[in-house]
Amino acid sequence: MKLLTLNFLTCAIKTCKTSPSSFPLHPQDSELEIVEADINVLFLRNMLPRLMWNELRLIVNELGLPSLPETAPDASSLLETKLQVPEGDTTGLNIEKIEVPSQVAKDLHRVLLETCIREGKLVCGNCGHEYKVMEGVANFLLPGHLV
Amino acid sequence: MSRPENTLPPDLFYNDTEALKYTTSSRIQKIQSSMTHRALQLLQLKSPSLLLDIGCGSGLSGEILSAPSSAGTPGGPHIWIGLDISSSMLGIALEKEVEGDLFLADAGQGVPFRAGTFDAAISISAIQWLCNAESSSESASGRLSRFFNGLYASLRRGGRAVCQFYPKNDTQKTMVSSAAVRAGFGAGLLEDDPGTKNAKTYLVLTVGGGELDGDITGVVRGMEGVDVMDQRRKVKGRKRGEEIQGSKKWIIRKKEQMERKGKVVKANSKYTGRKRRIAF
Repeated sequence: MKLLTLNFLTCAIKTCKTSPSSFPLHPQDSELEIVEADINVLFLRNMLPRLMWNELRLIVNELGLPSLPETAPDASSLLETKLQVPEGDTTGLNIEKIEVPSQVAKDLHRVLLETCIREGKLVCGNCGHEYKVMEGVANFLLPGHLV
Repeated sequence: MSRPENTLPPDLFYNDTEALKYTTSSRIQKIQSSMTHRALQLLQLKSPSLLLDIGCGSGLSGEILSAPSSAGTPGGPHIWIGLDISSSMLGIALEKEVEGDLFLADAGQGVPFRAGTFDAAISISAIQWLCNAESSSESASGRLSRFFNGLYASLRRGGRAVCQFYPKNDTQKTMVSSAAVRAGFGAGLLEDDPGTKNAKTYLVLTVGGGELDGDITGVVRGMEGVDVMDQRRKVKGRKRGEEIQGSKKWIIRKKEQMERKGKVVKANSKYTGRKRRIAF
């Protein structure tokens, strides 16, 4: 399960919905893996305003990953312009400007979309309910009395 | 046509053999993919978005969602999160290494995401399963309302959801759509190939206005053929502009009528048609 998903996931139990501590769920005994994916700057820019940055930093610290900057990056910092000689041009006279993902975008992509929780459990900060994660699939089925 | 909903609950019906049968059948694959494309067309996504797939199963629809826009997915590639109740189906999705995140969850127990998470939601041949309650402690209407309330909260303003489902009959169709309306959605039903054996029902749901491009017609753009449900109370049996007997307008019309007949009629004043108040 991607860390991006964890930034949106809350406890499924009805009585926890009203409590602010039901978000974020805290990963425990987790086994992480890196799943390579293509970077998509448009998607990152779309998601930036919706991320809860402080909670993301908290989770990243809990997982023992290198910590993130204090504030969320700006949407404009995701792209940087680079001067490049077009392919097949040997004269060196034509130089074109292309936009490439910046290091900020690459780091964000690494954390949000490539870092995945493979095994472990997610614990609600309010009720303490544990959701098992097996092979990247979290079990959110609730027993009848908790629905 | 046999309905699997009538035989067993979904988590038991889609066991390993059924799940494999479902996923490997080229006929089902073709139907699912055409329905997913139709749903995406109704969602009108313009840029890579975060989607929720309810009843993602083995990821037949998910594969289309994570395809790039050059492969026929508008606005793609999208990132999606899938919910399904059948562990066998999810097992096949894991074997296929689909790109979305998977959850073993019952949509009838709610949608466990915080408010405003998703740009859109898609559900292919799933929500008819919510109309069945498997134990006496839950009811079909309760499951539907928990699902739609959760879905409504987890979509962002201006988001859309398209749910294709197979209603058993008209009662079930209205039960599902009115549950969606009660949750706050603007709802519309679209039926492809109506009256045939291949009839497909799509429930098109909108959340608020949000990002209107231009005017209010932006909400329904691209939704040709969708039968929008308006559940506002209508005054029955009266045409627009028709007057109520005894109203001022009616009295004046009657007086004019009498005048034309040559009868003696009192002049109109500001008191015409007013109630005589009780006074000491």
